[in-house]
Amino acid sequence: MELIKRGINIDFIGKRYIAFAISGLLIIISILSLIVRGGPQYGIDFAGGTLIQLKFKTPVEIGKIKTGLSAMNLSNSSVQIFGDEEENEFLVRTNAPVTTNKEFSQSLEEALITATGNGAEIRRIEMVGPQVGKDLQGKALFAIFYSLLFIAIYISGRFEFKWMLSGLTAAVLMGSVYFLSLFKINLAVLIAAALLVTFAIFWQLNLKYAMAAIVALAHDVMITVGMFSIFDKEFSLPIVAAILTIIGYSLNDTIIIFDRIRENLKKHTKSPLAFVINRSVNETLSRTILTSGTTLLVVIALFILGGGIIHDFAFALLVGITVGTYSTVYVASPILNAWQGKTKKRR
Amino acid sequence: MFSITLCPSTPLTRRVQGARSGHKPAEVLNERNRSLKLFSWKLILSVAVIIAATIYILPTINPGIWPHKKINLGLDLQGGMHLVLEVETEKAVESTIERISNDLKGILRTKHISFAAIERTEETKISVALQGQENIDGFEKILDKEFRELRILSRTRDNDLLKISMDLPDEATDSIKKLAAAQALETIRNRIDQFGVSEPDIRMQGENRILIQLPGVTDTQRAKELIGKTALLEFKLLDESREPELALSEGVPPGSEILYEIREDAQTKRVVKRPYLVKKGALLTGSYLTDASVQIDSQYNEPYVSIDFDKKGARIFENITEENVKKRLAIVLDNKVYSAPVIQEKISGGHARITGSFTTEDARDLAIILRAGALPAPVKMLEERTVGPSLGTDSINKGLLSMWVGGLLVLLFMAFYYKWSGVVADIALMFNIVIIAGTLAAFQATLTLPGIAGIILTIGMAVDANVLVFERIREEMFLGKTPRAAIDAGYERATLTILDSNITTLIAGLVLFQFGTGPVKGFAVTLSIGIISSVFTVLVMSRIIFDYFLYYRKIKKLSL
Repeated sequence: MELIKRGINIDFIGKRYIAFAISGLLIIISILSLIVRGGPQYGIDFAGGTLIQLKFKTPVEIGKIKTGLSAMNLSNSSVQIFGDEEENEFLVRTNAPVTTNKEFSQSLEEALITATGNGAEIRRIEMVGPQVGKDLQGKALFAIFYSLLFIAIYISGRFEFKWMLSGLTAAVLMGSVYFLSLFKINLAVLIAAALLVTFAIFWQLNLKYAMAAIVALAHDVMITVGMFSIFDKEFSLPIVAAILTIIGYSLNDTIIIFDRIRENLKKHTKSPLAFVINRSVNETLSRTILTSGTTLLVVIALFILGGGIIHDFAFALLVGITVGTYSTVYVASPILNAWQGKTKKRR
Repeated sequence: MFSITLCPSTPLTRRVQGARSGHKPAEVLNERNRSLKLFSWKLILSVAVIIAATIYILPTINPGIWPHKKINLGLDLQGGMHLVLEVETEKAVESTIERISNDLKGILRTKHISFAAIERTEETKISVALQGQENIDGFEKILDKEFRELRILSRTRDNDLLKISMDLPDEATDSIKKLAAAQALETIRNRIDQFGVSEPDIRMQGENRILIQLPGVTDTQRAKELIGKTALLEFKLLDESREPELALSEGVPPGSEILYEIREDAQTKRVVKRPYLVKKGALLTGSYLTDASVQIDSQYNEPYVSIDFDKKGARIFENITEENVKKRLAIVLDNKVYSAPVIQEKISGGHARITGSFTTEDARDLAIILRAGALPAPVKMLEERTVGPSLGTDSINKGLLSMWVGGLLVLLFMAFYYKWSGVVADIALMFNIVIIAGTLAAFQATLTLPGIAGIILTIGMAVDANVLVFERIREEMFLGKTPRAAIDAGYERATLTILDSNITTLIAGLVLFQFGTGPVKGFAVTLSIGIISSVFTVLVMSRIIFDYFLYYRKIKKLSL
């Protein structure tokens, strides 16, 4: 069976402006949403606070739960339906780290019974103090930074087959980060700076494949983060893990297509670059769609059936893998084309 | 279509085939021998891996089949509690300073040196003021002889008034802090051991944090209370010069303080707070305890905690009771009065009892913490994650359900799309899952809910490698190659791509493993194991299956 007929020839490069428009629009929406909401929403992992998961025996209204909570001096907490509606589960969240002891649980259960007339089971309590929240932020940022570093080193070496240059990239990147860290800069700023330095190095050294790949990555992460903001979802440690996985995964497709482009450049020395890129994307299209397709299949299963706790994680993967596949075809390759068209040099 | 054509070809037909494809017969045979040789070590390795993985999984399916542990489930799957506590080591320094200044006062009094003031200031400093040359000389002598460890911060002399401020040197405070943290860890470990939790994980995190993981604990609030209590047991005399209510309204006499007794009425559930006026300075503390146990009062049928002191403690207790007959002695735990009985007579032998309106459980917990000893400094709860057992079971069920559904969809899709070759990929995929589970069991890695998600993700990604190979093979076949040549070329050309398309994900996985905590670490573990084993199953195992059909069953047409 063949999903994509052999010899298919879609003009991907020709439609690059449409693709750029769509990507640009998505990124603008993402940024706007982030601005409107005042940055990403942090879960208690990073912001600190308390999370209580309740399960009622029969349906209750959120308003009544809130009444019960205000009797407990928890009136500032938000209450959300958690997971499937018929499970009657709710997530209560406050920004204050509440120390929960025996008296607390007892009186919470009593207050909820009085307010809703329905017994609730406290299924999960998570409390993160501000110090730990800061530590976890640090850990997440370090994880992002090191993934970025290693992946930048890897792709600059791998795509260009210049491991010397990649070593140089690593040295410059680490050197500049070390230099900046002397000024005790916020780690998030440091990561942004590292990203910019990476761009600059790739630009300066004319590492166009690596550059195209990393632009596509930035594109994927930006849109995933934006989607989280638009759907009002919170960032927690698992979400950061999902985003890092997306970075690793979405590079897979890019590596495959770029390898094919290089292979075809050797074969078709006379053809224009746009033709070679189109041909390469078309040749690999079947596997691009199949590999992403099978992965999406399982992620969708996880998204639908995995339950409330894993829901956002699956959502991040879902968005990231979709956008990552799209960006390999419609972002990374056209950028490569644009760059090479500009420098009039083929390699 | 199903089209594995089984053709019992003779050497002759093979030779003809070889000749047709342009090879010399001898080369064909050589190639065959080489392939078979490779085939064999790969086969041995694969079979060994599968057998080992299966053996390690067996205890998870059927516990007790052989003595190895089951796959370790994370707190999010089996329920339980994760706590991070901070030992307030600064408080240990404070109490050391407090103790030193009390010692100093005591010695000065016995040597009849009078002082204007000795007090603890700015948390960890001792300020002393003395009047008169004689006193000053005596004080200086004692300071040099008995308190050499103190560091003098400032000394002001105004005629015959000496003001001196001292503290402990930095190394001393550091070692007090370190010791306090280590002691707290040990004490908490003792308490948890006695509480009875299977496989608790208690360890130091950084300088003064303690990480506690208690899998399977259901009464989490009780466990938390047991861990978090400082459990400082003190015996203090009641100050009977004034009624506590009066002291509350008109002021507490110097040297005394108000402490409360808190009781909950079992019937009305009302909490009653009763004030006591007690003299500051404990006459005896729980540090002399040797044992504590729950007893039942035969008269009222109420549980109480019976405590035993060591020899020194027993002597002190004897002295206290001898000197204070008919006075009231308050038994204070963590600044809460438990009871304040009247001393009827001298008590020797070092036995005492703590009564209060205990439930048997309360009394049992109190006995545990008294036996384990007091924490050298109070602890603060920094992080708490508690998962009820029912939620854990739910998570397992939902995780497994999505794994089954996702996995089945992928299996069906592969078989449908790539026919028999797809089935080969499916077999490799199932081996892959067996290997992941086996590795988790063998290394006692922890499986968490994100870890299950990692396995699910691996299922989707593992067939990617097969897709890469199969698409390559199709391209090669399209160019007119024989199945064997196409498979050889397909694997050869896809190998590098497979390796390095997996490396980037592996980088992410390893970084996450390094920086992740708890559930996220579980994800990093299954993702990393899954990536490695999927490369192995595709490049080695599914290849063996193809080789088997090519060389032994001698298929001529590939079902792809």
